[in-house]
Amino acid sequence: MKRRVFVLSLALAPWMKSACADAMHDAMSAVLEGATPREGRVKIELPPLVENGNAVPFSVSVESPMTERDHVRSIHVFNEKNPQPNIGDFFLGPRAGRASVATRIRLADSQTVVALAQMSDGTWWSGSANVIVTIAACTETV
Amino acid sequence: MAAHALLRVPQRARRGEVIEIRALVSHIMETGFRHSQYGASIARDIITNFRCTYNGTEIFRARFYPAISANPFISFTTVATESGTLRFEWTGDNDFTASESAAISVE
Amino acid sequence: MKAAFLVVLVAGLAMADDRRSGYEFMSRETQAMQDDDTSNPAMLWALDGEQLWKAGKPSCASCHADMKGVAARYPSVNSGRLVNLEQRINLCRTGKQHAAPLPYESKELLSLSAYIALQSRGYPIAVQADAAAGKALYERRQGQLNLSCAQCHDQYAGKRLGGSTIPQAHPTGYPEYRLEWQTLGSLERRLRNCLIGIRAEPYPYGAPELVELELYLMSRARGMKMDAPGVRP
Repeated sequence: MKRRVFVLSLALAPWMKSACADAMHDAMSAVLEGATPREGRVKIELPPLVENGNAVPFSVSVESPMTERDHVRSIHVFNEKNPQPNIGDFFLGPRAGRASVATRIRLADSQTVVALAQMSDGTWWSGSANVIVTIAACTETV
Repeated sequence: MAAHALLRVPQRARRGEVIEIRALVSHIMETGFRHSQYGASIARDIITNFRCTYNGTEIFRARFYPAISANPFISFTTVATESGTLRFEWTGDNDFTASESAAISVE
Repeated sequence: MKAAFLVVLVAGLAMADDRRSGYEFMSRETQAMQDDDTSNPAMLWALDGEQLWKAGKPSCASCHADMKGVAARYPSVNSGRLVNLEQRINLCRTGKQHAAPLPYESKELLSLSAYIALQSRGYPIAVQADAAAGKALYERRQGQLNLSCAQCHDQYAGKRLGGSTIPQAHPTGYPEYRLEWQTLGSLERRLRNCLIGIRAEPYPYGAPELVELELYLMSRARGMKMDAPGVRP
Protein backbone atom coordinates (compact mmCIF):
# COMPACT_ATOMS: atom_id res chain seq x y z
CA MET A 1 0.00 0.00 0.00
CA LYS A 2 2.71 2.46 1.03
CA ARG A 3 4.80 1.52 -2.00
CA ARG A 4 1.87 2.06 -4.33
CA VAL A 5 1.29 5.53 -2.90
CA PHE A 6 4.99 6.32 -3.38
CA VAL A 7 4.90 5.26 -7.02
CA LEU A 8 1.72 7.28 -7.59
CA SER A 9 3.29 10.37 -6.01
CA LEU A 10 6.33 10.07 -8.26
CA ALA A 11 4.16 9.72 -11.31
CA LEU A 12 2.13 12.78 -10.39
CA ALA A 13 5.16 14.79 -9.21
CA PRO A 14 4.73 17.73 -11.61
CA TRP A 15 1.36 18.53 -10.07
CA MET A 16 2.37 18.01 -6.46
CA LYS A 17 4.29 21.25 -6.17
CA SER A 18 1.65 23.21 -4.31
CA ALA A 19 -0.27 22.14 -1.23
CA CYS A 20 -3.62 22.90 -2.83
CA ALA A 21 -3.01 20.09 -5.31
CA ASP A 22 -4.00 17.60 -2.55
CA ALA A 23 -7.69 17.54 -3.42
CA MET A 24 -6.84 17.19 -7.09
CA HIS A 25 -4.43 14.37 -6.30
CA ASP A 26 -7.11 12.53 -4.34
CA ALA A 27 -9.68 12.96 -7.09
CA MET A 28 -7.21 11.67 -9.67
CA SER A 29 -6.26 8.69 -7.49
CA ALA A 30 -9.93 7.79 -7.19
CA VAL A 31 -10.22 7.55 -10.96
CA LEU A 32 -6.84 5.86 -11.55
CA GLU A 33 -7.48 3.12 -8.95
CA GLY A 34 -3.80 2.43 -8.49
CA ALA A 35 -2.73 2.78 -12.11
CA THR A 36 0.13 5.07 -13.09
CA PRO A 37 -0.52 7.48 -15.96
CA ARG A 38 2.16 8.21 -18.55
CA GLU A 39 2.63 11.79 -19.67
CA GLY A 40 1.85 12.31 -23.33
CA ARG A 41 -0.73 11.88 -26.11
CA VAL A 42 -3.17 14.12 -24.24
CA LYS A 43 -3.28 17.72 -25.34
CA ILE A 44 -5.18 20.45 -23.49
CA GLU A 45 -6.00 23.73 -25.18
CA LEU A 46 -6.69 26.72 -22.99
CA PRO A 47 -6.04 30.41 -23.62
CA PRO A 48 -2.84 31.27 -21.69
CA LEU A 49 -4.42 34.48 -20.37
CA VAL A 50 -8.09 34.08 -19.64
CA GLU A 51 -10.49 36.95 -20.27
CA ASN A 52 -13.00 35.81 -17.72
CA GLY A 53 -12.75 32.86 -15.34
CA ASN A 54 -16.50 32.21 -15.60
CA ALA A 55 -16.37 30.79 -19.11
CA VAL A 56 -12.99 29.62 -20.33
CA PRO A 57 -13.01 27.84 -23.69
CA PHE A 58 -11.37 24.48 -23.09
CA SER A 59 -10.59 21.56 -25.33
CA VAL A 60 -8.82 18.26 -24.85
CA SER A 61 -7.71 15.85 -27.55
CA VAL A 62 -5.94 12.51 -27.38
CA GLU A 63 -3.79 10.93 -30.08
CA SER A 64 -5.53 7.69 -30.92
CA PRO A 65 -6.63 5.84 -34.07
CA MET A 66 -10.06 5.40 -32.43
CA THR A 67 -10.57 1.92 -33.84
CA GLU A 68 -12.45 -0.92 -32.20
CA ARG A 69 -9.13 -2.33 -30.96
CA ASP A 70 -7.39 0.90 -30.03
CA HIS A 71 -9.42 3.84 -28.81
CA VAL A 72 -9.92 6.27 -25.94
CA ARG A 73 -12.48 5.05 -23.42
CA SER A 74 -12.70 8.16 -21.30
CA ILE A 75 -11.12 11.51 -20.51
CA HIS A 76 -11.26 12.95 -16.99
CA VAL A 77 -10.41 16.58 -16.37
CA PHE A 78 -9.21 18.04 -13.08
CA ASN A 79 -8.16 21.41 -11.72
CA GLU A 80 -5.94 22.54 -8.92
CA LYS A 81 -7.53 25.56 -7.26
CA ASN A 82 -11.31 25.55 -7.70
CA PRO A 83 -13.38 24.61 -4.62
CA GLN A 84 -13.79 21.19 -6.22
CA PRO A 85 -11.11 19.24 -8.13
CA ASN A 86 -13.28 17.71 -10.89
CA ILE A 87 -14.25 19.54 -14.04
CA GLY A 88 -15.79 16.92 -16.30
CA ASP A 89 -15.63 13.30 -17.39
CA PHE A 90 -16.12 12.41 -21.04
CA PHE A 91 -16.85 8.92 -22.32
CA LEU A 92 -15.97 8.14 -25.90
CA GLY A 93 -15.40 4.90 -27.81
CA PRO A 94 -14.63 3.76 -31.36
CA ARG A 95 -17.68 5.55 -32.78
CA ALA A 96 -16.14 8.92 -31.91
CA GLY A 97 -13.82 8.97 -34.91
CA ARG A 98 -11.53 11.37 -33.08
CA ALA A 99 -10.82 11.82 -29.39
CA SER A 100 -11.58 15.50 -29.17
CA VAL A 101 -13.91 17.28 -26.75
CA ALA A 102 -14.46 20.98 -26.15
CA THR A 103 -16.47 22.82 -23.53
CA ARG A 104 -16.39 25.98 -21.43
CA ILE A 105 -15.16 25.78 -17.87
CA ARG A 106 -14.93 27.87 -14.74
CA LEU A 107 -11.54 28.59 -13.28
CA ALA A 108 -11.35 30.36 -9.94
CA ASP A 109 -7.70 31.33 -10.08
CA SER A 110 -4.53 30.96 -12.11
CA GLN A 111 -3.80 27.24 -11.94
CA THR A 112 -2.98 23.96 -13.63
CA VAL A 113 -5.60 21.88 -15.42
CA VAL A 114 -4.90 18.16 -15.83
CA ALA A 115 -6.55 15.59 -18.09
CA LEU A 116 -6.29 11.81 -17.66
CA ALA A 117 -7.27 9.59 -20.57
CA GLN A 118 -7.94 5.87 -20.32
CA MET A 119 -7.32 3.79 -23.42
CA SER A 120 -9.16 0.68 -24.49
CA ASP A 121 -6.22 -1.44 -23.28
CA GLY A 122 -6.65 -0.04 -19.77
CA THR A 123 -3.56 2.19 -19.82
CA TRP A 124 -3.71 5.80 -18.65
CA TRP A 125 -2.15 8.87 -20.25
CA SER A 126 -2.03 12.44 -19.01
CA GLY A 127 -1.55 16.01 -20.11
CA SER A 128 -1.71 19.37 -18.38
CA ALA A 129 -1.80 23.09 -19.05
CA ASN A 130 -1.23 26.21 -17.00
CA VAL A 131 -3.53 29.17 -17.24
CA ILE A 132 -3.55 32.70 -15.82
CA VAL A 133 -6.92 33.96 -14.64
CA THR A 134 -7.54 37.57 -13.68
CA ILE A 135 -10.74 39.14 -12.40
CA ALA A 136 -12.82 41.41 -14.56
CA ALA A 137 -12.64 45.14 -14.07
CA CYS A 138 -15.89 46.91 -13.13
CA THR A 139 -17.69 43.97 -11.55
CA GLU A 140 -21.27 44.21 -10.41
CA THR A 141 -20.76 43.79 -6.69
CA VAL A 142 -18.10 45.40 -4.59
CA MET B 1 -40.05 28.56 -19.98
CA ALA B 2 -38.87 25.20 -21.31
CA ALA B 3 -35.13 24.65 -21.43
CA HIS B 4 -33.74 25.57 -24.78
CA ALA B 5 -30.88 24.00 -26.61
CA LEU B 6 -28.92 25.10 -29.64
CA LEU B 7 -27.53 22.28 -31.75
CA ARG B 8 -25.07 22.16 -34.58
CA VAL B 9 -25.33 18.90 -36.47
CA PRO B 10 -24.49 18.71 -40.17
CA GLN B 11 -27.63 18.04 -42.18
CA ARG B 12 -25.80 15.68 -44.48
CA ALA B 13 -22.55 13.72 -44.34
CA ARG B 14 -20.67 11.03 -46.24
CA ARG B 15 -20.63 7.55 -44.77
CA GLY B 16 -17.53 7.16 -42.61
CA GLU B 17 -16.93 10.90 -42.32
CA VAL B 18 -16.00 12.17 -38.85
CA ILE B 19 -18.42 14.97 -38.04
CA GLU B 20 -18.32 17.59 -35.29
CA ILE B 21 -21.38 18.03 -33.13
CA ARG B 22 -22.07 20.97 -30.86
CA ALA B 23 -24.77 21.42 -28.25
CA LEU B 24 -25.51 24.37 -25.98
CA VAL B 25 -28.25 24.18 -23.36
CA SER B 26 -29.74 26.90 -21.18
CA HIS B 27 -28.93 26.27 -17.50
CA ILE B 28 -27.67 28.40 -14.63
CA MET B 29 -25.17 25.75 -13.37
CA GLU B 30 -25.31 27.14 -9.83
CA THR B 31 -22.13 25.82 -8.25
CA GLY B 32 -23.27 25.54 -4.66
CA PHE B 33 -20.24 27.56 -3.58
CA ARG B 34 -21.84 30.98 -3.80
CA HIS B 35 -23.46 32.96 -1.00
CA SER B 36 -26.19 35.55 -1.08
CA GLN B 37 -25.37 39.06 0.09
CA TYR B 38 -26.76 38.07 3.49
CA GLY B 39 -24.35 35.12 3.82
CA ALA B 40 -26.86 32.35 3.07
CA SER B 41 -25.46 29.55 0.96
CA ILE B 42 -27.02 29.21 -2.51
CA ALA B 43 -27.79 25.55 -3.16
CA ARG B 44 -26.11 23.67 -5.98
CA ASP B 45 -28.21 23.32 -9.12
CA ILE B 46 -26.30 21.90 -12.03
CA ILE B 47 -26.67 19.60 -15.01
CA THR B 48 -24.82 16.45 -14.04
CA ASN B 49 -25.13 14.26 -17.14
CA PHE B 50 -25.22 14.63 -20.89
CA ARG B 51 -25.80 11.85 -23.36
CA CYS B 52 -25.98 11.63 -27.11
CA THR B 53 -27.47 8.68 -28.96
CA TYR B 54 -27.38 7.99 -32.69
CA ASN B 55 -30.38 5.96 -33.81
CA GLY B 56 -30.66 4.72 -30.26
CA THR B 57 -27.00 3.80 -29.69
CA GLU B 58 -25.04 5.90 -27.23
CA ILE B 59 -22.12 7.56 -28.98
CA PHE B 60 -21.03 10.05 -26.34
CA ARG B 61 -21.60 10.64 -22.66
CA ALA B 62 -20.35 13.30 -20.25
CA ARG B 63 -20.49 13.98 -16.55
CA PHE B 64 -20.54 17.66 -15.60
CA TYR B 65 -19.32 19.15 -12.32
CA PRO B 66 -19.85 22.70 -10.98
CA ALA B 67 -16.72 23.77 -12.89
CA ILE B 68 -18.61 23.56 -16.18
CA SER B 69 -19.76 27.06 -17.13
CA ALA B 70 -23.36 28.26 -17.09
CA ASN B 71 -25.29 27.43 -20.26
CA PRO B 72 -23.11 24.38 -20.79
CA PHE B 73 -21.52 23.99 -24.18
CA ILE B 74 -20.17 20.70 -25.47
CA SER B 75 -18.46 19.80 -28.70
CA PHE B 76 -17.53 16.25 -29.67
CA THR B 77 -17.16 14.10 -32.77
CA THR B 78 -18.76 10.98 -34.18
CA VAL B 79 -18.51 8.88 -37.30
CA ALA B 80 -21.44 9.35 -39.69
CA THR B 81 -22.59 5.76 -40.07
CA GLU B 82 -26.18 5.97 -41.34
CA SER B 83 -29.06 8.38 -41.82
CA GLY B 84 -31.26 8.91 -38.83
CA THR B 85 -31.66 10.85 -35.64
CA LEU B 86 -29.23 12.15 -33.08
CA ARG B 87 -30.83 12.58 -29.71
CA PHE B 88 -29.39 14.76 -26.96
CA GLU B 89 -30.37 14.36 -23.31
CA TRP B 90 -29.42 16.39 -20.29
CA THR B 91 -30.25 15.51 -16.66
CA GLY B 92 -29.30 17.19 -13.44
CA ASP B 93 -30.14 18.38 -9.94
CA ASN B 94 -33.74 19.05 -8.95
CA ASP B 95 -34.99 16.51 -11.51
CA PHE B 96 -33.81 18.63 -14.41
CA THR B 97 -34.27 17.05 -17.81
CA ALA B 98 -34.00 18.43 -21.32
CA SER B 99 -33.83 16.76 -24.69
CA GLU B 100 -33.47 17.73 -28.31
CA SER B 101 -33.13 15.83 -31.56
CA ALA B 102 -31.56 16.49 -34.92
CA ALA B 103 -31.81 14.55 -38.16
CA ILE B 104 -28.85 13.61 -40.28
CA SER B 105 -28.75 12.28 -43.81
CA VAL B 106 -25.78 10.04 -44.60
CA GLU B 107 -24.90 9.06 -48.15
CA MET C 1 -6.37 74.18 -56.80
CA LYS C 2 -8.34 71.12 -57.84
CA ALA C 3 -5.40 68.89 -56.89
CA ALA C 4 -5.22 70.52 -53.45
CA PHE C 5 -8.95 69.99 -52.97
CA LEU C 6 -8.62 66.34 -53.92
CA VAL C 7 -5.71 65.89 -51.52
CA VAL C 8 -7.73 67.42 -48.67
CA LEU C 9 -10.72 65.24 -49.55
CA VAL C 10 -8.63 62.08 -49.59
CA ALA C 11 -6.92 63.11 -46.36
CA GLY C 12 -10.33 63.65 -44.81
CA LEU C 13 -11.43 60.17 -45.80
CA ALA C 14 -8.13 58.73 -44.68
CA MET C 15 -8.49 60.34 -41.20
CA ALA C 16 -10.17 57.10 -40.77
CA ASP C 17 -12.68 55.94 -38.35
CA ASP C 18 -10.58 54.56 -35.52
CA ARG C 19 -13.65 53.48 -33.62
CA ARG C 20 -13.54 49.81 -32.73
CA SER C 21 -16.40 47.81 -31.27
CA GLY C 22 -15.96 45.82 -28.08
CA TYR C 23 -15.87 42.71 -30.26
CA GLU C 24 -12.49 43.77 -31.64
CA PHE C 25 -11.03 44.15 -28.15
CA MET C 26 -11.91 40.58 -27.14
CA SER C 27 -9.68 37.54 -27.34
CA ARG C 28 -9.99 35.26 -30.34
CA GLU C 29 -11.62 32.60 -28.17
CA THR C 30 -14.38 34.93 -26.95
CA GLN C 31 -14.92 36.16 -30.50
CA ALA C 32 -15.36 32.53 -31.57
CA MET C 33 -18.10 32.18 -28.96
CA GLN C 34 -20.02 35.00 -30.61
CA ASP C 35 -19.30 34.07 -34.21
CA ASP C 36 -21.29 30.86 -34.30
CA ASP C 37 -25.01 31.22 -33.61
CA THR C 38 -25.12 27.69 -32.26
CA SER C 39 -22.44 28.37 -29.70
CA ASN C 40 -23.42 31.94 -28.75
CA PRO C 41 -25.30 31.69 -25.43
CA ALA C 42 -27.11 34.97 -26.21
CA MET C 43 -28.99 33.15 -28.97
CA LEU C 44 -30.80 31.10 -26.30
CA TRP C 45 -32.60 34.31 -25.32
CA ALA C 46 -33.26 35.25 -28.93
CA LEU C 47 -34.92 31.84 -29.40
CA ASP C 48 -37.17 32.53 -26.42
CA GLY C 49 -37.84 36.01 -27.76
CA GLU C 50 -39.02 34.56 -31.05
CA GLN C 51 -41.59 32.50 -29.18
CA LEU C 52 -42.72 35.48 -27.10
CA TRP C 53 -43.03 37.54 -30.27
CA LYS C 54 -45.70 35.18 -31.52
CA ALA C 55 -47.47 34.73 -28.18
CA GLY C 56 -50.40 36.58 -26.67
CA LYS C 57 -53.48 38.24 -28.09
CA PRO C 58 -52.68 40.45 -29.80
CA SER C 59 -49.18 39.15 -30.37
CA CYS C 60 -46.30 41.37 -31.49
CA ALA C 61 -46.35 39.43 -34.77
CA SER C 62 -49.95 40.39 -35.46
CA CYS C 63 -48.97 44.06 -35.89
CA HIS C 64 -45.32 43.97 -36.86
CA ALA C 65 -43.96 42.23 -39.92
CA ASP C 66 -40.38 42.30 -38.70
CA MET C 67 -38.02 44.46 -36.68
CA LYS C 68 -35.25 44.91 -39.24
CA GLY C 69 -33.02 47.84 -38.30
CA VAL C 70 -35.25 48.93 -35.42
CA ALA C 71 -32.86 48.34 -32.51
CA ALA C 72 -30.22 50.39 -34.34
CA ARG C 73 -32.44 53.47 -33.98
CA TYR C 74 -32.94 53.33 -30.21
CA PRO C 75 -33.04 55.22 -27.85
CA SER C 76 -35.58 57.35 -29.67
CA VAL C 77 -38.20 59.98 -28.83
CA ASN C 78 -41.69 58.54 -28.54
CA SER C 79 -44.59 60.89 -27.82
CA GLY C 80 -42.22 63.53 -26.53
CA ARG C 81 -40.30 61.19 -24.23
CA LEU C 82 -36.88 59.64 -24.84
CA VAL C 83 -37.18 55.86 -24.50
CA ASN C 84 -34.82 52.95 -24.98
CA LEU C 85 -35.77 49.71 -26.71
CA GLU C 86 -36.90 47.97 -23.51
CA GLN C 87 -39.14 50.89 -22.58
CA ARG C 88 -40.56 50.97 -26.11
CA ILE C 89 -41.40 47.27 -25.86
CA ASN C 90 -43.26 47.95 -22.63
CA LEU C 91 -45.13 50.88 -24.22
CA CYS C 92 -46.48 48.42 -26.78
CA ARG C 93 -47.30 45.87 -24.12
CA THR C 94 -49.30 48.27 -21.98
CA GLY C 95 -50.73 50.43 -24.76
CA LYS C 96 -51.52 47.92 -27.48
CA GLN C 97 -51.41 44.45 -25.94
CA HIS C 98 -53.17 45.38 -22.69
CA ALA C 99 -50.54 43.40 -20.83
CA ALA C 100 -48.46 44.25 -17.80
CA PRO C 101 -45.08 45.84 -18.49
CA LEU C 102 -42.17 43.40 -18.24
CA PRO C 103 -39.77 44.13 -15.36
CA TYR C 104 -36.32 45.45 -16.28
CA GLU C 105 -33.76 42.67 -16.74
CA SER C 106 -36.48 40.01 -16.61
CA LYS C 107 -35.92 36.97 -18.80
CA GLU C 108 -38.93 37.88 -20.94
CA LEU C 109 -37.89 41.48 -21.59
CA LEU C 110 -34.31 40.44 -22.34
CA SER C 111 -35.52 37.69 -24.67
CA LEU C 112 -37.69 40.10 -26.63
CA SER C 113 -34.97 42.73 -26.86
CA ALA C 114 -32.45 40.05 -27.91
CA TYR C 115 -34.81 38.86 -30.65
CA ILE C 116 -35.41 42.42 -31.84
CA ALA C 117 -31.74 43.41 -31.64
CA LEU C 118 -30.76 40.30 -33.60
CA GLN C 119 -32.75 41.72 -36.50
CA SER C 120 -30.50 44.77 -36.51
CA ARG C 121 -27.36 42.70 -36.85
CA GLY C 122 -25.17 44.27 -39.51
CA TYR C 123 -27.21 47.48 -39.59
CA PRO C 124 -25.38 50.75 -38.91
CA ILE C 125 -26.38 52.50 -35.69
CA ALA C 126 -28.73 55.32 -36.68
CA VAL C 127 -30.00 57.19 -33.63
CA GLN C 128 -31.37 60.66 -34.30
CA ALA C 129 -32.22 62.46 -31.06
CA ASP C 130 -30.11 65.16 -29.46
CA ALA C 131 -27.60 63.59 -27.08
CA ALA C 132 -26.25 66.71 -25.32
CA ALA C 133 -27.57 65.68 -21.90
CA GLY C 134 -25.98 62.25 -22.20
CA LYS C 135 -22.69 63.75 -23.35
CA ALA C 136 -22.57 65.93 -20.23
CA LEU C 137 -23.15 62.85 -18.04
CA TYR C 138 -20.45 60.93 -19.93
CA GLU C 139 -17.91 63.68 -19.33
CA ARG C 140 -18.79 64.37 -15.72
CA ARG C 141 -16.53 63.08 -12.96
CA GLN C 142 -18.45 61.18 -10.35
CA GLY C 143 -18.27 58.57 -7.61
CA GLN C 144 -15.74 58.00 -4.87
CA LEU C 145 -13.08 57.36 -7.49
CA ASN C 146 -14.03 60.68 -9.11
CA LEU C 147 -13.79 59.32 -12.62
CA SER C 148 -15.76 60.17 -15.71
CA CYS C 149 -16.71 57.67 -18.42
CA ALA C 150 -14.58 59.71 -20.82
CA GLN C 151 -11.42 59.20 -18.81
CA CYS C 152 -11.42 55.41 -19.20
CA HIS C 153 -13.20 55.02 -22.49
CA ASP C 154 -11.88 57.97 -24.46
CA GLN C 155 -8.50 58.56 -22.88
CA TYR C 156 -7.46 55.06 -21.91
CA ALA C 157 -9.31 52.84 -24.35
CA GLY C 158 -7.04 50.03 -25.52
CA LYS C 159 -5.01 50.13 -22.33
CA ARG C 160 -5.51 47.75 -19.43
CA LEU C 161 -7.52 47.98 -16.24
CA GLY C 162 -6.54 45.01 -14.12
CA GLY C 163 -6.41 42.08 -16.51
CA SER C 164 -8.98 43.55 -18.89
CA THR C 165 -8.51 45.73 -21.93
CA ILE C 166 -10.59 48.90 -21.71
CA PRO C 167 -12.95 49.05 -24.71
CA GLN C 168 -14.12 52.26 -26.39
CA ALA C 169 -17.66 51.78 -25.00
CA HIS C 170 -19.58 51.47 -28.27
CA PRO C 171 -22.79 49.57 -27.50
CA THR C 172 -22.95 47.63 -30.76
CA GLY C 173 -23.63 44.26 -29.16
CA TYR C 174 -26.49 44.83 -26.72
CA PRO C 175 -28.23 43.03 -25.17
CA GLU C 176 -25.14 40.97 -24.56
CA TYR C 177 -24.09 37.77 -22.85
CA ARG C 178 -21.47 39.06 -20.48
CA LEU C 179 -19.18 36.27 -19.26
CA GLU C 180 -18.91 38.10 -15.94
CA TRP C 181 -22.71 37.87 -15.47
CA GLN C 182 -23.00 34.37 -16.94
CA THR C 183 -26.25 35.56 -18.43
CA LEU C 184 -27.71 38.04 -20.92
CA GLY C 185 -28.03 41.65 -19.79
CA SER C 186 -28.94 45.08 -21.09
CA LEU C 187 -26.82 48.15 -21.69
CA GLU C 188 -28.39 49.68 -18.58
CA ARG C 189 -27.10 46.79 -16.49
CA ARG C 190 -23.62 47.36 -17.89
CA LEU C 191 -23.80 51.09 -17.19
CA ARG C 192 -24.86 50.41 -13.62
CA ASN C 193 -21.86 48.05 -13.32
CA CYS C 194 -19.57 50.86 -14.49
CA LEU C 195 -21.08 53.25 -11.97
CA ILE C 196 -20.61 50.72 -9.18
CA GLY C 197 -17.06 50.24 -10.46
CA ILE C 198 -16.25 53.90 -9.89
CA ARG C 199 -18.12 53.75 -6.58
CA ALA C 200 -20.93 56.01 -7.69
CA GLU C 201 -24.59 55.52 -6.86
CA PRO C 202 -26.01 53.66 -9.89
CA TYR C 203 -29.15 55.22 -11.39
CA PRO C 204 -32.19 52.93 -11.10
CA TYR C 205 -33.24 50.97 -14.19
CA GLY C 206 -35.22 53.14 -16.57
CA ALA C 207 -33.93 56.39 -15.07
CA PRO C 208 -33.78 59.27 -17.58
CA GLU C 209 -30.07 59.64 -16.88
CA LEU C 210 -29.40 56.08 -18.03
CA VAL C 211 -31.48 56.53 -21.17
CA GLU C 212 -29.67 59.81 -21.95
CA LEU C 213 -26.33 58.03 -21.50
CA GLU C 214 -27.47 55.18 -23.73
CA LEU C 215 -28.46 57.69 -26.38
CA TYR C 216 -25.12 59.45 -26.16
CA LEU C 217 -23.20 56.18 -26.46
CA MET C 218 -25.28 55.11 -29.44
CA SER C 219 -24.87 58.51 -31.13
CA ARG C 220 -21.12 58.36 -30.50
CA ALA C 221 -21.21 54.99 -32.26
CA ARG C 222 -23.39 56.22 -35.12
CA GLY C 223 -22.55 54.37 -38.33
CA MET C 224 -20.92 51.42 -36.61
CA LYS C 225 -22.52 48.09 -37.37
CA MET C 226 -24.58 46.30 -34.72
CA ASP C 227 -23.39 42.84 -33.74
CA ALA C 228 -26.17 42.03 -31.28
CA PRO C 229 -26.78 39.90 -29.35
CA GLY C 230 -23.11 39.76 -28.58
CA VAL C 231 -20.74 38.06 -26.15
CA ARG C 232 -18.41 40.16 -24.06
CA PRO C 233 -16.04 39.42 -21.18
